[in-house]
Amino acid sequence: MLTELRRALLMLLLLTAVTGIAYPLAVTGIANAVFPDQAAGSLIVQHEKALASSLIGQPFADTKHFWSRPSATSPHPYNAGSSAGSNLGPLNPALAEAVTARVKALRDADPGNAAPVPVDLVTASASGLDPHISPAAAEYQVARVARARGLDGQRVRALVAQATEERQLGFLGEPRVNVLRLNLALDDLR
Amino acid sequence: MNANGYLQLVAYVVVLLALAKPLGTYMARIYEDEPALLNRIGAPFERLIYRVCGIAPAEEMRWTQYAMATLWFSLAGTLAVYALQRLQLALPLNPQALAAVRPDSAFNTAASFATNTNWQGYGGESTMSYLTQMLALTVQNFVSAAAGMAVLIALIRGFARQGAQTIGNFWVDLTRGTLYILLPHSIVLALALVSQGVVQTYSAYHRVPLIESVEYDKPKMDADGQPLKDDKGAPVTEKATQKEQVIAVGPAASQIAIKQLGTNGGGFFNVNSSHPFENPTPLSNFLEMLAILLIPAALCHTFGLMVGDIRQGWAILAAMTIVFVALLAVCVSAEQAGNPTLAKLGVDQAASATQSGGNMEGKETRFGIVNSALWATATTAASNGSVNSMHDSYTPIGAMVPMWLMQLGEVIFGGVGSGLYGMIVFAIVTVFIAGLMIGRTPEYLGKKIEAFEIKMAAIVVLIPLAMVLGGTALAVMLEAGRAGVANPGAHGFSEILYAFSSAGNNNGSAYAGLSANAPFYNTALGMVMLFARFWLMLPTLALAGALAAKKRVPVGLGTLPTHTPLFVFFLIGVVLIVGSLTFIPALALGPVIEHLVLYGIK
Repeated sequence: MLTELRRALLMLLLLTAVTGIAYPLAVTGIANAVFPDQAAGSLIVQHEKALASSLIGQPFADTKHFWSRPSATSPHPYNAGSSAGSNLGPLNPALAEAVTARVKALRDADPGNAAPVPVDLVTASASGLDPHISPAAAEYQVARVARARGLDGQRVRALVAQATEERQLGFLGEPRVNVLRLNLALDDLR
Repeated sequence: MNANGYLQLVAYVVVLLALAKPLGTYMARIYEDEPALLNRIGAPFERLIYRVCGIAPAEEMRWTQYAMATLWFSLAGTLAVYALQRLQLALPLNPQALAAVRPDSAFNTAASFATNTNWQGYGGESTMSYLTQMLALTVQNFVSAAAGMAVLIALIRGFARQGAQTIGNFWVDLTRGTLYILLPHSIVLALALVSQGVVQTYSAYHRVPLIESVEYDKPKMDADGQPLKDDKGAPVTEKATQKEQVIAVGPAASQIAIKQLGTNGGGFFNVNSSHPFENPTPLSNFLEMLAILLIPAALCHTFGLMVGDIRQGWAILAAMTIVFVALLAVCVSAEQAGNPTLAKLGVDQAASATQSGGNMEGKETRFGIVNSALWATATTAASNGSVNSMHDSYTPIGAMVPMWLMQLGEVIFGGVGSGLYGMIVFAIVTVFIAGLMIGRTPEYLGKKIEAFEIKMAAIVVLIPLAMVLGGTALAVMLEAGRAGVANPGAHGFSEILYAFSSAGNNNGSAYAGLSANAPFYNTALGMVMLFARFWLMLPTLALAGALAAKKRVPVGLGTLPTHTPLFVFFLIGVVLIVGSLTFIPALALGPVIEHLVLYGIK
């Protein structure tokens, strides 16, 4: 019995060395040699300073920017140090309240746009860090952003198209617009 | 759902089934010690491990010895995980200086990872140091999975052998499963994930300026770091402005790869595989989803090969696939239908070329409805429990699918090893019922199924049921149990039922709204996980021992063939009837009521 316990402890020690030390270090070594940018967090670097991560969304409320999806992280939205979803059930009154307020905010920022609001633009993402919105949610905001910046709608649409990521390998996932890249491109126009 | 959605679902099932044969063949070679490339390269290292541990690899064990070895090893693992969490502040590789984990939470996590459940009461990036993630959690991801596979292989030997006293050597099965099956696949998957943008670094968290600073209500804290509350119990807040974003990173890819392959499911980050650093693209999502069911599906073929009749393995795989596809269709269509309360608020939930539509609360844009619902079904069919969307925000019927899949006992694919040994036990129950109907002694794979085997099978089937229903009842009765609920009404009950369904079947996914990181839930769920793991392993090994000793009876006229469509549907029937009779009353109080209210049916 005690022999078996000794074996258990030694075996755990050895397998820890293999799977808990050698394995992650080997993966880190190879990853940083072959995919250094991805391994570090897909950072957008300007003048040797990290500006943002292209995979992590940010909050936007200015009419000149495209707005991201709502985020349920606390204490502030898009807190990439503490990811979280809202976990609100479909019948929770807090969900209906939040969605009503978001629809109103979008309509107030763009009076006259009575089109139904694409669902992803008024519902919180799973991670609270979703960098994307659907192409429908981008199109919904094109007129507002164009007006706020005094730009032609087609010019803005062209930028949306540049920030759009298609289905991978032609069929995987959903088409989507990277809001952070889109807003950086808009700000660069000046 | 559009044509592309169907294409993704079909592609997933086809690729999964296509890989079952080659991988299943490879695993059979590894466990039977036939030459394959990796076990030849690794042989000197493998021998070194045995020498250091004082193990004679050729020496076989009786089922009792095999069980003792499994238990000692799991106990050592549990204690190591507990100790590493409690001591992490004093240990290296903790750049954020994260504090020692509280004792109740550390116990829960230790039980959770040693039982291959990987329920997460904690938020990874705000709780666990890099060292804890590596030495405690990643290691258990490997070895708890390898232990589950070892027990399965022992049970298969019980069928394959006759008149034998022994069922293999646990240490050898554990080592080979880890070194030659889990490790190489994890390395390949981890690197593929990094190529897609999954982080793998030891640097501290990044700080970047926000393009637009954001104003928010910051909760005020008292001197002890507890949130201040006013007279009405509402938190006291002050206005604050956030100008920068702290971006958590870490050695994530290496852990995520084995988390998916070993049906573990414990994420590096709090929101698991919905985090853009844990699952950044649709391709990473496809690979991670494939990894969930890959080994459980392939083990069916391994089983067929090792018992000398591959049709037996494919019959079981067929039963699993049929249930999986049927429930997948229910989950996808419920989520795609959207939330009727939002439809009244001027929200467009219809699927189109430019949006996935549907119930998008708690889902990521890049995955949309199809990939979220597919993941939810796969992760609960297997006892994986990782998520790429928040099940708590699913529609009632959409969420009932994952909940029920867990309640079926995690036998539709199930955990690596544990899923198939659970399903084999259900097959034993099935031939027993069939035997009663035609009045003959039941046989499975040439072994007579007698009173002892049926007793063991009954324990395996009944323990998770008792854990889930008993635990839920206890939590609902206690103030501490009700205090954790986040959503009002029937959904709140579903949160508790889901938690115990998850722990009682070693799944690990959650309705994450439930505040489970509190002493009551940490303790209760921890106990349930330990019970549900080891009280299923022990009778399974006893079964293996009893079967190995039996002579094989020749196939006769009265033998029920167990590789035919008739048997496949009979097996499905038994699994579904046990699962329905046990859980329909509880489900009626949760998701069913919620669905009726949501659609205004009175």
